[in-house]
Amino acid sequence: MTTEMLIDEADAQAAFDAIIEADSRIEPRDWMPAAYRKTLIRQISQHAHSEIIGMQPEGNWITRAPSLKRKAILMAKVQDEAGHGLYLYSAAQTLGITRDEMTEQLIEGRARYSSIFNYPTPTWADMGAIGWLVDGAAICNQVPLCRASYGPYGRAMVRICKEESFHQRQGFEILLTLMQGSPAQREMAQDAVDRWYWPSLMMFGPPDDESPNSAQSMAWNIKRFSNDDLRQRFIGMLVPQAEVLGVTLPDPELRWDAAAQRWHTSEIDWTEFHEVLAGRGPMNVERIRNRRNAHEDGAWVREAATEYARKQAEREAAWSLSSETRSLSSETRSLSSETRSLSLSKGAA
Amino acid sequence: MWEVFVRAGRGLSHVHAGSLHAPDAEFALRNARDLYTRRGEGTSIWVVPADAITTSDPGSKGAFFESPAGKNYRHASYYTASEGVPHL
Repeated sequence: MTTEMLIDEADAQAAFDAIIEADSRIEPRDWMPAAYRKTLIRQISQHAHSEIIGMQPEGNWITRAPSLKRKAILMAKVQDEAGHGLYLYSAAQTLGITRDEMTEQLIEGRARYSSIFNYPTPTWADMGAIGWLVDGAAICNQVPLCRASYGPYGRAMVRICKEESFHQRQGFEILLTLMQGSPAQREMAQDAVDRWYWPSLMMFGPPDDESPNSAQSMAWNIKRFSNDDLRQRFIGMLVPQAEVLGVTLPDPELRWDAAAQRWHTSEIDWTEFHEVLAGRGPMNVERIRNRRNAHEDGAWVREAATEYARKQAEREAAWSLSSETRSLSSETRSLSSETRSLSLSKGAA
Repeated sequence: MWEVFVRAGRGLSHVHAGSLHAPDAEFALRNARDLYTRRGEGTSIWVVPADAITTSDPGSKGAFFESPAGKNYRHASYYTASEGVPHL
């Protein structure tokens, strides 16, 4: 490497640092450190995978929703998740990774996605718990990401956040309806909250001293708040909402510690989190298997569409070639009839 | 890959909404409708093949875009002698 190249890279690094320092945005064609690019590809693609996999636990109840309206609403939510995944895949692609590579990484188990989607959804109340707790946690996490330093990521998050708020309300209202219903419905709602509360808290990730990527992410303005700060914020949101619902959050230690100005909670059992993340959660295998099947079973659609597009393009090229030929030959005909009339008039003279 | 532009309503211009994959233009248009206008965000959609787009090089910022510094005479506020004159 020549000195000239080193100096250029030093300049580029300085320009990058200045943009980060000014809390401005890095765009796709800007120079960026290889590690910045790599961490964003990882984070954005994992975020995208989470949305796509997240379609499954709720998709499970589309055929069994209690009313037509609830079915339509649940379908709209699942469509949104697909859309969110697609926005994020597009954002990741601006960093140089292809859609095919990301799909392959997911199907082959080489990419991670949010641990929360590896839990089953055995009852309708789970739809409420997911909307209220899981989407609620996602909102807490995603609002700060709207200001992530990488432009396409932040913009995708703005679009996602606009759509996400209906998700949380939808879940809350499902639980509200159940809690105002029969004893069996109230029990179902409370049971769902009991099962989804702790996994939702774990969505924010382990305490930051155990989270290797946090410090660098914060220095690069990708991450704005620590995992623990976000978790505290989330709990603070939930407590009054739980009161409105009439559900009990399954943490007997939960109370506001005025001296420390934070919520005191029971110890989180991180072994479950690590097990699920390592692929040993209740639904990990099924989630990936479904994704792989959808990809493989859908291959004929992609092939047919591509082949149709290719044929159409060929036909169009052939048509324009032949119409060019036709107009050229009619030009030739009119030229030769001009010639004939000229020679006739000459002959007459 | 295709880039998608959506016009939110009459009188507004098309704004870049994002990108998507599709085998041809018709699919791209339908996919764009499903992906970017689920909430009636637009009355008109343009899709453009991504490689048809030419971009300015971010590196040549200074050289390519004439510096606006020192050219305040392009702004009305530069002209102070006409302060207070009606309709100016």
